[in-house]
Amino acid sequence: MKTRISLKNVYKPSEDVVARDIHGEFIIIPITSGIGDSDEAIFSLNEFGKAIWGELDGKKNLKEIANLLTLKFEGSDKEIETDIIGLGEELLKKKIIVKL
Amino acid sequence: MKKEPYITRLDIELTERCNNNCIHCYINLPDDDLCAKKKELSTDKIKEILKEAVSLDCMTIRFTGGEPLLREDFEELYVFTRKQGLKVLIFTNATLINKRLAELFSRIPPLEKIEVTVYGINKNSYEAVTGKKGSFKAAEKGIKLLLKNKIPFVVKSAVLPPNKNETDKFEKWAMAIPDMDRLPSKSMFFDLRCRRDNEIKNRFIKKLRITPEEGIGILTREKDKYIKEMKEFCSKFTRPPGDDLFSCGAGFSGCADAYGYFLPCIMLKCPDTAYDLKNGTLEDAIVNFFPKIRAMRAKNKDYLKRCAKCFLKSLCEQCPAKSWMEHGTLDTPVEYFCEIAHAQAKFLGLVKPHEKAWEVTDWKERLRNFSRNVIPAEAGIQT
Repeated sequence: MKTRISLKNVYKPSEDVVARDIHGEFIIIPITSGIGDSDEAIFSLNEFGKAIWGELDGKKNLKEIANLLTLKFEGSDKEIETDIIGLGEELLKKKIIVKL
Repeated sequence: MKKEPYITRLDIELTERCNNNCIHCYINLPDDDLCAKKKELSTDKIKEILKEAVSLDCMTIRFTGGEPLLREDFEELYVFTRKQGLKVLIFTNATLINKRLAELFSRIPPLEKIEVTVYGINKNSYEAVTGKKGSFKAAEKGIKLLLKNKIPFVVKSAVLPPNKNETDKFEKWAMAIPDMDRLPSKSMFFDLRCRRDNEIKNRFIKKLRITPEEGIGILTREKDKYIKEMKEFCSKFTRPPGDDLFSCGAGFSGCADAYGYFLPCIMLKCPDTAYDLKNGTLEDAIVNFFPKIRAMRAKNKDYLKRCAKCFLKSLCEQCPAKSWMEHGTLDTPVEYFCEIAHAQAKFLGLVKPHEKAWEVTDWKERLRNFSRNVIPAEAGIQT
């Protein structure tokens, strides 16, 4: 079942994960159990995911983040929003981000 | 441009003290050795080292010892390490794993399988090795807690007179552990005291050492698998090393010992090759100090005549650390490991009986034949 996410909502990184940039690879490392899949502990984000992560400050909603990213990434506003929603659902489902 | 990663894994020996007193151990000091305890790194200094490891792109910290769980601040260090985004690999005898610690590992998983050394399958054999009454029951309790809390762990052992007839039973028990995906590893060619601190114990360890032939018997219990692995290994790594002392990975990362010295390898405790972290940094050691160590050349005449020219070097445990433990130098051949390497090579058909590998001139051809499955008839083995 898909986790519902909305562009109007504000999200922030869970306090139970640590993000690290290891030799150019941006990874999310869970601290506590119950984050993500049981068989894959560490998650890797691409440049787009990393850019979203950098904007998840607990103040901006996803729509505002999408507006910022349209200036940095190729694609229409609609495509950027769709990609943000896709990744956001995944991260929320894995409890890597939390809704404020 | 991203910086190069300096360290992928850092070993930290939290203490050299241990609550067991294993007959074969190369490092253990008594758990109540106050002098050793007093010299150990402070919690804050270890945290400082961990933070620097993170800045050097380290992903995994291996906590070992001695028995790392003996440290009163173990929980604090463990949680701190995990909160830095580091994975933790713990080497332990499991005797100090209590309900609280098992629940901590469940709540904050180490992200690496814990490695538990098991010294015997029953009280008699286990405690004949550990020399501690009650240690079997304590280990059993610790292992049960790991199982109950579904903490991923593997077990390994050491082949010693009190347990050497239990191998089949031990392996059967071990393979029932959920996270065991291969047969447990076994240490069997024991090292002498790494601090060169106990001549009496060294004499005893020498007595415990199995013969090279016994060792080959154990290594080749899964004969086909062993030969397949050796073919792959030999085709990649087997060649004479020349006078290079460090043909291994020593110094690319290393081990912070219990007293704040950064060693190029966890086994190498020679003071001349240790870097003082109390007055320096991991980065300085890796960038400036260890390269000088790695550039060291062998000077010992016997080494240059034998080891430097020996194509079995990669099959042989001879290294500066083993030489230091046995002889107090970095480049003296260790007969025991030489005999083991030759016994393996004879089994594999790479050398003939009574032949010394450093005298073999056609070693390239022999290796080629070996990898092509052509074994010299006179080698006296079948594959």
